[in-house]
Amino acid sequence: MSVGAPRGLASSGQKLITEILHPLSAAEEPLSPGPDVTISAEKDKEPGLTNGTPVEISSPASASVLLSRLQLDGDPEADAHDPFGSGEPRDLFVTVDDPKKHVSTMETYITYRVSTKTTRIEFDLPEYSVRRRYQDFDWLRIKLEDSQPTHLVPPLPEKFVMKGVVDRFSEEFVDTRMKALDKFLKRVADHPVLSFNPHLNAFLTAKDLNKRQGLALLTKVGESVKNVAGGYKLRARPAEFCAMGEYLDTFSQKLGTIDRIAQRILREQSEYLTELREYGAVYSTWAGSEEQLQRPLEGVAGCVTTSCGALEDLSDNMSQDFLPVLREYILYIESMKNVLRKRDQVQAEYEGRLEAAVLRKQEDRTPIPVEVEKCQDKVECFNADLKADWERWQRNKRQDFKHLLTGMADKNISYYEKSQAAWESLITLLQEKQTEDKTSETN
Amino acid sequence: MRIASSADSSSNNSRSQMIMADSGSSDEVAVICNTDITSTESENNLINTMVERGTALLKKMEISVAEADKRTGKNTVNMQETYTVYLIETRPAESVSEEGTPAAPDTLWRRYSEFELLRTYLLVTYPYIIVPPLPEKRAEFVWHKLSADNLDPDFVERRRVGLENFLLRLASHPVLSNDNIFFLFLTEEKGWREAVLETGFQDKADSRLKSLSAMFRVKNPDKRFTALKHYSEDLSTVISQLLRIRARVADRLYGVYKVHANYGRVFSEWSAIEKEMGDGLQSAGHHMDTYAASIDDILEEEEHYADQLKEYLFYTEAVRSVCRKHELIQYELEMAAQDLSYKKQQKEELETGTVRIFSLKGMTSKLFGQETQEQRESKVAALEQSIQEGEDALKEKNAESQEFVEKAWNDIERFNEQKEKDLREALISYAIMQISMCKKGIQVWSNAKECFNKM
Repeated sequence: MSVGAPRGLASSGQKLITEILHPLSAAEEPLSPGPDVTISAEKDKEPGLTNGTPVEISSPASASVLLSRLQLDGDPEADAHDPFGSGEPRDLFVTVDDPKKHVSTMETYITYRVSTKTTRIEFDLPEYSVRRRYQDFDWLRIKLEDSQPTHLVPPLPEKFVMKGVVDRFSEEFVDTRMKALDKFLKRVADHPVLSFNPHLNAFLTAKDLNKRQGLALLTKVGESVKNVAGGYKLRARPAEFCAMGEYLDTFSQKLGTIDRIAQRILREQSEYLTELREYGAVYSTWAGSEEQLQRPLEGVAGCVTTSCGALEDLSDNMSQDFLPVLREYILYIESMKNVLRKRDQVQAEYEGRLEAAVLRKQEDRTPIPVEVEKCQDKVECFNADLKADWERWQRNKRQDFKHLLTGMADKNISYYEKSQAAWESLITLLQEKQTEDKTSETN
Repeated sequence: MRIASSADSSSNNSRSQMIMADSGSSDEVAVICNTDITSTESENNLINTMVERGTALLKKMEISVAEADKRTGKNTVNMQETYTVYLIETRPAESVSEEGTPAAPDTLWRRYSEFELLRTYLLVTYPYIIVPPLPEKRAEFVWHKLSADNLDPDFVERRRVGLENFLLRLASHPVLSNDNIFFLFLTEEKGWREAVLETGFQDKADSRLKSLSAMFRVKNPDKRFTALKHYSEDLSTVISQLLRIRARVADRLYGVYKVHANYGRVFSEWSAIEKEMGDGLQSAGHHMDTYAASIDDILEEEEHYADQLKEYLFYTEAVRSVCRKHELIQYELEMAAQDLSYKKQQKEELETGTVRIFSLKGMTSKLFGQETQEQRESKVAALEQSIQEGEDALKEKNAESQEFVEKAWNDIERFNEQKEKDLREALISYAIMQISMCKKGIQVWSNAKECFNKM
C-alpha cells in the first residue's frame, strides 16, 4: 500500500485554481485528443479521460447479457473497454463477488470478495483479492465523503432492511446487495479523483482493514469545507446550479413515480399469476373426463403452466434487478443534492466574509484578509469539481438508464417469447392429431 | 301411490288408477305419463325420413343472420318495450341471376323469443335428438369491463353470431334440417307463429317440462345413457368453472396492461427535463400507451372462445334432456312390465285360490265369505282381457324404447364426433390467439427497446 503524495487530486492543493488543470475541464484547456494519449508519470492528467469522453459505468451483474444484446464491441467484460470509442483502456478494475456467510459467536454476517487488477503505480501489486463486509463499504464511503466533500460519492445500498420481513441471508437479498456494492465500487474506481483516494487504496489492498486508523489525508479544501460554519445566507446562486437543483428535484420525483408504477405492475402481475394457475388446473381436471380431447386439454394446461413460470421469472427479475437500481438512483440524487447544499454553504460563507471585509475596508482601510481570498478559492474549486462531476454523472446516468430500461424491455420480450414457444408447439401437436384423424377417416 | 292418467287419447299408455299395495320399491313421487307425441306423429312432421348424413338443408340453401336492429312495440302487458330483431337471409345455394352476380337473398326479421319458440318446438318434437342450444339470453360470466346489458352493441353482435350458428347447426343436422316448421321459420315471416301453435306442441311442452323435474327411479337403465348423463354433468361443471375463472383472468390481465399507460405518461414528463435522452423516452412512452391499449382487442377476441365453450355448456343440458327421456321411457317400460306381472299373478291366485298378494278385496272376501264361482270366472275373464292389453302395451313400450335408444344413440354418436372436432378447433384457435398476443407483446417491447437504445 502506497501512502505517497496523493496523485490526481488535481483540483485541490496549494495552487491557484487557474493553474490547476482539471481532468474534465475540456473547455478550459486544450487537451490532447483521442486514443493516442499515453500514460506518463509526469502528467497529472487522468488517462483515458483527457478528451472528456465518458467512461463506461458497469451495470448490475446481468450486464454481460445486456451488453451482448446491445452488441457492443465483443468483450463481455463490462469494464474492459470504453464503448464510446476512445479505445483507451482503463487501468483499475474492481469486482465484487463470491458472497460467503460467516458465523461467529457474536454475530453472523456476509463477506464479499473484492478483486482488483491494476497497473497504477499507487498499488504495489498488480492484483489483489480481499474479503470485505458491508460495514467496510460503509466505512469507505464515509471516508471518501469526508476527504472529498466537493465530489459526488456514489451511494451504497440501504444499510437496514426495512419493508417487510426480508431474510438478510436469503440468496436474492444477498445477490441484490452484492450487485449494488459492485456498482458502487466500480463507480468509485472510475472516478478520476476518488479513485486515487488512499482510503480506496487501503480498502482494496489491506488484509485487515483497520478502520480506526485515521489516514490523515484530508485535503486542504476538504478540511476547510468540513469546517464551514453554518449560518451564512446565500445571495445569488449561479443559474447553472439552480438548474441542477431543479433538475434533480424533478428527476427524483419522476423516478419515484416509476418506482410506484413498477410496484403496481408487480402486484397486478402477482394477482394475474394466481388466477392463471387456477385456470390451468381446470384444463387438467377437464382432461380427466375426456378421451380424444385428453391430450389437447393437457397440452393447454401445460402451456398455461409454462406461461406462469415465465411470468414468475419476469416479476422476479423486475423486483430484483430493476427496482433496486431505481431506488439506488434516488439515493444518488439525494447525495447530489447534499453536495449542492454544501456548495451553497461554501459560497454563502464567502459572500458573508467578503461583505464584512469590504465594510471594514470602507471604514478603516483594513485590506481584505487572505482568508477571504481563500474562501473565494474554495468556492471556485467546488464549482469546478461539481460541474465536472455533474457532467460525468449525467453521462453515467444516461448509460445506466439506457441499460436499465432496455433490460426491462428484454425481460418482457423474453417472457412473451417463452409463452409463444409453448403455444406454438401445442398447435403443432393439435394439428398433427387433426391430420391423423382425417387420414383415418378416409381409410 | 297414485298415478295420474294421461290426457292423450292417442297414446296407448292410458292406465287406470292403481293401488300399489305391495310396492316395496315404491319411492316414486307422482309421475306424469309420457305425453310426448308418438313416433308416428313425429314422422308426420318430417318431409323426408330417409336422411343420410350430410345431405342436409345446408347443401341446398345459404343461411345467415346478417343484421340486428332495434324495434319498439307493445308487449303482452301492453307496455312499450324495446327489443332487438335479427335479419335472416336465405338464398338457394349457387344461385346466380341473369347478370351473373349472386341473386338477392330472401329476408325476414325474427326476434330472440321466436328462436326460443322454434327450439322448444324441436325439443318436444324430437326428444331423441340433442337439439343445438341458443346463445345465452343474458350475458353471464362477464369480466368487469364487459357489459351485461342486453342492448349493448357488442352483446347484440355476439348474439347475432350465436343465432346464425344455431341456424347453421340446425340446417346441417341430418334429422332436424328436414323439419317443416324449421323451414317455415326461415321463409315465412308472418303466420309462422300460428303454424307452430297449430302443431299442438304447446301442451306437450308443458308436460315435458314437468316430467323433466319429476323424480323417479329406474331399475335397469341402459348403462351407456347413465355414463353419458354423468359425463354431461361433469362437462357442465368443468366448463362453468373454466368460464368463471377465465373471466377473472381476463380482469387481471386487463389490469396489468392498463397500468403500463402510466409509464407512457411519466416517460413523457421525464423527457421534458432531458436533453439527449428526451426523444428516446418520449417515443418509448408512446409504445407503452400502445401496449396498454392493445389489451382491449385481445380480450374482445377471446370472448369468441368463451362463446364456443358456452355453446357446449348449453349443449350439456340438451344431452341431459335426452338421457332423461330415456329414463322416463325405461321407467314406463318397467312399470308396464311390473303391472303386467302383477295382473298375471292376480289371475293365477284367482284360479288356484291362493292368496299371495295382500289386497283389500282378498281380505274382505276372507272376512265376508268367498265369491261365487260365477263372480270369480267373470273376474278372471276381465283380468285376461286386462292382461292382453297389458301385453300389447308392454310390446309397444318395448318397441318405443328400442326405437328411442337406437335413434338417440345415433344422434349421440354424431354429437360426440361434432363435439370432439369443434372443441379441438376451439382449442387451436385459442392457442392461435395466445400466440398473436405474444407476438404483439414482443413487437411493442422491441419497439420500446429501440427507443431506449436511442436514449
